[in-house]
Amino acid sequence: MNLDYSQFFAMRMELLVLAVFLIVFLFDTFASDKGRKATTPLAIICFGLATVAGFFCCGDAVTAFNGMYETSPVISTVKCILNIGAFIVLLQAVNWVDSEDGAIRRGEFFELLFVTLFGMYLMISARHFLLFIIGLESASLPLAAMVAFNKNKYESHEAAVKYIFTAVFSSAIFMMGLSFVYALSGGSLYFSDIADMIATQPNSVMLITALSFVIAGFGFKLSLVPFHLWTADTYQGAPTSVTSYLSVISKGSAAFAFLVVLCQVFGSVYSDVWEWMMYALIILTITVGNLFAIRQRNMKRFMAFSSVSQAGYIMLGIIAANVLGMTSMIFYILVYIFSNLGVFGVIQAIENKTGLVSMDDYKGLHKTNPWLSFAMTLAVFSLAGIPPFAGFFSKILIFTSVTEHESTALYVLVLIALINTIISLYYYLLVVKAMWISPDEPVVPSFRSSCIERFALWICTLGIVLLGIISCVYGTIYCVSDQAAANGFFASLL
Amino acid sequence: MDITLPILILAIPIAMFLILGLTGMKMSHKMAGVLGICGMGTTMVLSYIVAYTYFFSSGSAITADGMSMPFIVDGVRQQIQMFDVTWLSWAFERGTLTVNLGFLLDPISAMMLVVITTISFFVHLYSWGYMEGEKGFQRFYAFLSLFSFSMLGLVVATNIFQMYIFWELVGVSSYLLIGFYYKLQSAVAASKKAFIVTRFADLGMLIGILILSYYTKTFNFIDLTQAGGPEEVFNTIGSGSVFMGCSVLTWALVLIFTGGMGKSAMMPLHIWLPDAMEGPTPVSALIHAATMVVAGVYLVARMFPLYLMEPASLDFITGIGAITALYAAVVACTQIDIKRVLAFSTISQIAFMMVSLGVARPEIHEGLGYMASMFHLFTHAMFKALLFLGAGALIHAVHSNDYTAMGGLRKYMPITHWTFLIGCLAIAGIWPFSGFFSKDEMLSAMYGYSTFWGIWMTAVAGLTAFYMFRLYYLIFWWDENPHYKHHTPHDAPWQMSLPLIILAAVSCVAGFIPFGELVTWNGEPYHIHIDWVGVAIPSLCVAAAAILLATIMYRKKNSLPDKVAAIWPGLWTAAHHRFYWDEIYMFITHKIIFNGICSAIAWFDRHIIDGTMDMFAKVTQKTSYAIRGFQSGSIQAYVWWYFLGAVALAAVTAWAIL
Repeated sequence: MNLDYSQFFAMRMELLVLAVFLIVFLFDTFASDKGRKATTPLAIICFGLATVAGFFCCGDAVTAFNGMYETSPVISTVKCILNIGAFIVLLQAVNWVDSEDGAIRRGEFFELLFVTLFGMYLMISARHFLLFIIGLESASLPLAAMVAFNKNKYESHEAAVKYIFTAVFSSAIFMMGLSFVYALSGGSLYFSDIADMIATQPNSVMLITALSFVIAGFGFKLSLVPFHLWTADTYQGAPTSVTSYLSVISKGSAAFAFLVVLCQVFGSVYSDVWEWMMYALIILTITVGNLFAIRQRNMKRFMAFSSVSQAGYIMLGIIAANVLGMTSMIFYILVYIFSNLGVFGVIQAIENKTGLVSMDDYKGLHKTNPWLSFAMTLAVFSLAGIPPFAGFFSKILIFTSVTEHESTALYVLVLIALINTIISLYYYLLVVKAMWISPDEPVVPSFRSSCIERFALWICTLGIVLLGIISCVYGTIYCVSDQAAANGFFASLL
Repeated sequence: MDITLPILILAIPIAMFLILGLTGMKMSHKMAGVLGICGMGTTMVLSYIVAYTYFFSSGSAITADGMSMPFIVDGVRQQIQMFDVTWLSWAFERGTLTVNLGFLLDPISAMMLVVITTISFFVHLYSWGYMEGEKGFQRFYAFLSLFSFSMLGLVVATNIFQMYIFWELVGVSSYLLIGFYYKLQSAVAASKKAFIVTRFADLGMLIGILILSYYTKTFNFIDLTQAGGPEEVFNTIGSGSVFMGCSVLTWALVLIFTGGMGKSAMMPLHIWLPDAMEGPTPVSALIHAATMVVAGVYLVARMFPLYLMEPASLDFITGIGAITALYAAVVACTQIDIKRVLAFSTISQIAFMMVSLGVARPEIHEGLGYMASMFHLFTHAMFKALLFLGAGALIHAVHSNDYTAMGGLRKYMPITHWTFLIGCLAIAGIWPFSGFFSKDEMLSAMYGYSTFWGIWMTAVAGLTAFYMFRLYYLIFWWDENPHYKHHTPHDAPWQMSLPLIILAAVSCVAGFIPFGELVTWNGEPYHIHIDWVGVAIPSLCVAAAAILLATIMYRKKNSLPDKVAAIWPGLWTAAHHRFYWDEIYMFITHKIIFNGICSAIAWFDRHIIDGTMDMFAKVTQKTSYAIRGFQSGSIQAYVWWYFLGAVALAAVTAWAIL
């Protein structure tokens, strides 16, 4: 095996993030205490540049390192989308990171975040399970440190403990599944080899167990029911920036990696096995997420369950397992990033000023902070899928992709998802009701949020309003997905 | 010509709307007015340049993709898509659905650009005087700009979907303008009525569009109406599928026409237009006389080659138009409110255009009806706007809409008097005013199609002359109102008088425009001539006789009108109450639909649907409480659930599959 260093050029998206990480890390290490204040703008500017540069890095489909690593336009697109989301998270984190609370370690927050992002990229691009595990772990473990970032808060610790325990356990289950896969494939961890071997074998208990464990591993990252139990406690206890990062970026990357693994490794057992596993998981996830969300009063906990059920909708794109499914899943993730970060942006702005995170504290918010209420309302409408906001289009498209199969069972699935949309409407509107209709005197005083926070909220709001209407975004995603399909993404599917 | 001008024509009004709408409240009235007028003036000049270039230069257009398209090929004026960008595109595995937005330049759209921007500009100018000091002055100008934008977008639409979008936008801006005095109960009711009635009609239009595009797989007008389009459509659906005795194409076209009936106030959907007079008078001039209400005529003209495929649909249009024309003319003879007289006159005149389109056939004088209809649309827009603006000046002076508060005003308001008289002569069709020429062409086309419709419409023309001069005499002659002594009426300020004078001048000369050289159904110019003996002299005689009759009856205060009304008291009362159409609608909606159908549905909704939903909500809440133990907070339990979940997933699947 000869190592040609030009292969690293294929990894340019990862290298960009790595470069930003190194810049911030070196600066943070060698700067004086006073100079460290510049870490925040430095990190944001560098990462902003990397985000922009990412759009110019989408090359053709190539593989590197003997096929362990693959990149293609659709993969680059997903990474660009994640970049945008991470950038917004950074913008929203500025106030918190620069506050008394986090000031001492502001560099570390950025460094950890970039490392996890790097891990996610590897996870998306890996075509060999060793590389995949490296990506998975570097995406998971630093997150535990980020969750524990508010070191003087008890909840933050609890959250981190729950997160790390579940993460470790899920990794163990995942790798157990992989070891079965390794046995099945006769000693190879390449996705393509495994796929070939599975295609020639009849369905065995071993295969099903392996598949279940792999799904369970992903289920942790995506918080699918019943692998979601850590979500609420962790989301609630973690610093809000970390919660929003967990809920969109971590979830989005895992969803795409999940699609890759299911379609490229286990593609040949799609209609026999994992279609039905996913079927059950989706129904459970959407329904249970919704049922729990109804009763929550703490906004972060509320968003945790909302994101559980949203993950179920994202999984609809996977069960569709076609070009349209892939397209609408990526589009859904994009829209979800804007909508969810819109909600978290408002939560964070209010939390930073007043420390209040309960839905009851939002009563009458429009009297004191009309713009925040407005942004929150749009974001919540988009999450609930009310036209003409982007969330409506992403939902309708993902439903369409599932109905492409024209199978009765999948129609039933869409119907169940639709009914759940109605339930979700109820609890999403509770927030709107509290803000606009509730006659109580407002608890949150009138304040002006910082420039950067408003900028981040404007990006989210614009995204929510425009993404559905300007269809060229969806068109572009469709083009790259179509290209991936033409290159055999779904080739092994049965 | 490249795409800069078309884009500017659409961009300036919408920019004005956004600027005035968002920042208007911080501006002074003067500033907002000047801004609106300048914006619209610029748009008008640009439209003139576009229309002039299209009609009178032998040049070519550079379309968005860099192609050069000559305006005239082999003596035929071309339809040119200046640009046609894909706005929405949804890719599905079965195919791609695209909705385009573009700018189609052809004879009728170029003509409409001129009409809309001209009237809109004069209305902007006029409103500066008329609306002075009103609360919400800036809002008024913002809405005017929005309306102009929507109307321009409608006429330049490259596809029927774009037309539908702007069609609805026009409806919304009309709603906003009618309800401008939102504190006035009647204005609010009128705006709601206008919106609901036209929206109801648009439902038919939407269904028609869907049927048509389902079969033809395209929204684009050029694809639908040109080069093999109609034949193909005809071959695939025209002769094939039949529903209730009519072909699918007929159904689609008639349903699309329903939308036009709503906007153009054809019977039985005309009921909103008289009430819409509750809006400020400049709005009536712009929307309810010159531009929006002719959208239905424009729609039919735009799709004319398709309508030609199904003569049954054209006959339908002719019938509806002829009945509406007569009905509205009769009602107009009995109204007291001068704006309502003008409103019914508008309905009648638009119906005239519809009939003219309905009788147009390529073999009859080379499609004269089409040309004449567009010609009348143009001249009518000018003189009807003039009449409405004149009515606005009168209302401004005497603060009442009823002619009973007027009379003998010719001495006090000479400018208004003379311009109003010119408007009346034009609409009555007296040579050499513009209405004469267009009406003569329309009547020629009708006689060419069938003598019956010719005579029918000549009678309507006679009625038109009668009720207009009745109005004229009652306002300017009759008997001087005693109230003038307290408050002497006088001519309006220059912002209001100037539009009157210019529009009057246009109404005098517009008839001499060689319209046949410019606008024809297939783009081939031809020379029009007036059929003096067969049509013009008889119709002139009818008009003159009607005017004479009006002079005898209304020049001086006398009891003759009451005596005439007493001959058929029933007819007079019925006409005065507009033949009870509103009462019929009220009866149907309130008594039959609300009581009969809606109460049953309400019961079903309250007990069955709400009951189901309540049960649904209760079950959801109960389940939510029941399963809360799942989320115990104990990490050991979490891990157990996790493990059990993974194992159960494997076990159940294995059990089910193996």
